[in-house]
Amino acid sequence: MVKAKRKPLEEIADAISAYGKVLTVGCGGCVSVCLAGGQREVQELNAELELTLKEKGTSKTLGNYTVERQCNMDLLQEMDDMVGGYDCILSMACGAGVQLMAERYPNIPVFPAVNTVFIGVDRDIGMYEEKCRACGECVLAYTGGICPVTRCAKGLFNGPCGGTNNGKCEVSQEIPCAWLDIYERLKGQGRLDDILKLQGVMQWQNQLQRTVVQPKFEKRYYK
Amino acid sequence: MKSGSNLEKILAAGHFAFTGELGPPRGANIEHVKEKAQHLIGHVDAVNVTDNQTAMVRMSSWAAALLVREMGLEPNYQMVCRDRNRLAMQADILGASALGIRNVICLSGDHQQFGDHPNAKGVFDIDSTQLIDTVRRMRDEGTFISGEEIDGLPKMFIGGAANPFADPFEWRIHRLAKKVEAGVDFVQTQCVYNMDKMREWVKQAVDMGLTEKVYILPGITPMKSVGMAKYMKSKVPGIEVPDDVIKRLQGAEKGKVAEEGIKMALEQIEEFKEMKGVSGIHLMAIEWEHRVPEIAERAGMLPRPVID
Repeated sequence: MVKAKRKPLEEIADAISAYGKVLTVGCGGCVSVCLAGGQREVQELNAELELTLKEKGTSKTLGNYTVERQCNMDLLQEMDDMVGGYDCILSMACGAGVQLMAERYPNIPVFPAVNTVFIGVDRDIGMYEEKCRACGECVLAYTGGICPVTRCAKGLFNGPCGGTNNGKCEVSQEIPCAWLDIYERLKGQGRLDDILKLQGVMQWQNQLQRTVVQPKFEKRYYK
Repeated sequence: MKSGSNLEKILAAGHFAFTGELGPPRGANIEHVKEKAQHLIGHVDAVNVTDNQTAMVRMSSWAAALLVREMGLEPNYQMVCRDRNRLAMQADILGASALGIRNVICLSGDHQQFGDHPNAKGVFDIDSTQLIDTVRRMRDEGTFISGEEIDGLPKMFIGGAANPFADPFEWRIHRLAKKVEAGVDFVQTQCVYNMDKMREWVKQAVDMGLTEKVYILPGITPMKSVGMAKYMKSKVPGIEVPDDVIKRLQGAEKGKVAEEGIKMALEQIEEFKEMKGVSGIHLMAIEWEHRVPEIAERAGMLPRPVID
């Protein structure tokens, strides 16, 4: 899922400083799962904002609401009657949710309260790891289910390179070498032939904004 | 002849090749390039001109390559995948060839995090093996990566890097094989200090028939001090310095450590001259360009052969 991390409080406070009535909106999707922008985080953020405002001797009207998912227009609809009472919206969704919110309410400033960081997995409670860069041309079939685009610092397709150092990346002793892991996994599966072949250049698919239409819906959208 | 470069002629004629290295300055200081180059002229067959090495901004490698070429020193134009996409790389290959550069060395490049612009966006559009394949295709098939035809084919002798000392050792020969398949004409290796491992790797290359298709030039960097040896052992990724090397340097008389380092390098060169599958050496005398004439002389490398 998409993983996000809340922005620093000062940055958020600065973004909304010119507005008196602020609606903080959470999202029940990915950002809720990664504990960055769900219902609980909305309440925590508003509490923190109230405290800083109080310290500065000011105050604002801070509303809160959480929708099931901010990346779906039908699910945003339920906010239509509410937003008129606010000067700005503070969205705790990922970048996609923030943008759809801004699209739905074009006359109201919408500010992001989180930084969208990556597509990743849960390593432990509150700990997430990047796994996918959404390159649109998945190579995991020949790399033993380990992504070189995401995990190799140089995004190599014919690794491991000469910088592999005690199983770690030359960039840092904290980062395991992706290609060494690929090598070991394929070796264990008897599939080293998969990386003995020269891999040709990547056909990058993520250089323009993309739209996905599933095959069974093509008739509906492409007349 | 693939490119007709001096290096290609030397290797094709069966001479033991000798290449050097020159890092361009961190500025537009031409005198700096000339100062370094003058020590190498006539003492090496070609000189690697590095491309933003250690991810620090420097004079562009093609420009410095042209400067040394004007001085009568043949450049090995280095190109790294970190700073350019496939359009820029192919364009620079054409430009370099048009201006008379005949050797190119295709490298991944040190990660930007090591340098003075750590938050730069690394390009890495294609990797070093794919770059080798790209240059070969441009030269031999006359096409760009896209498949479109090229008007005026670039003449390039294609170089690459090999590191027999990185993990896992059993993979290293296969990585060389991939570069050979991609079309590399010669490889220079990472600095060699572990001769046992080097002998084994070269033997594998000979046994697999790779040395019939690629010239191998082991990298030699004389140790200047015990501190340098310890630094390279612990801090430089991909370089293996056996304890014996450090002990030997430590055993040298006071003030004679650098001389001991040079002696070790000379011994290595002597062994490589006789080693089946090795076609020359690449001397990386880092910030020690002025010692190259002496090392070349003592290694019996002079005079360099001249081939018309």
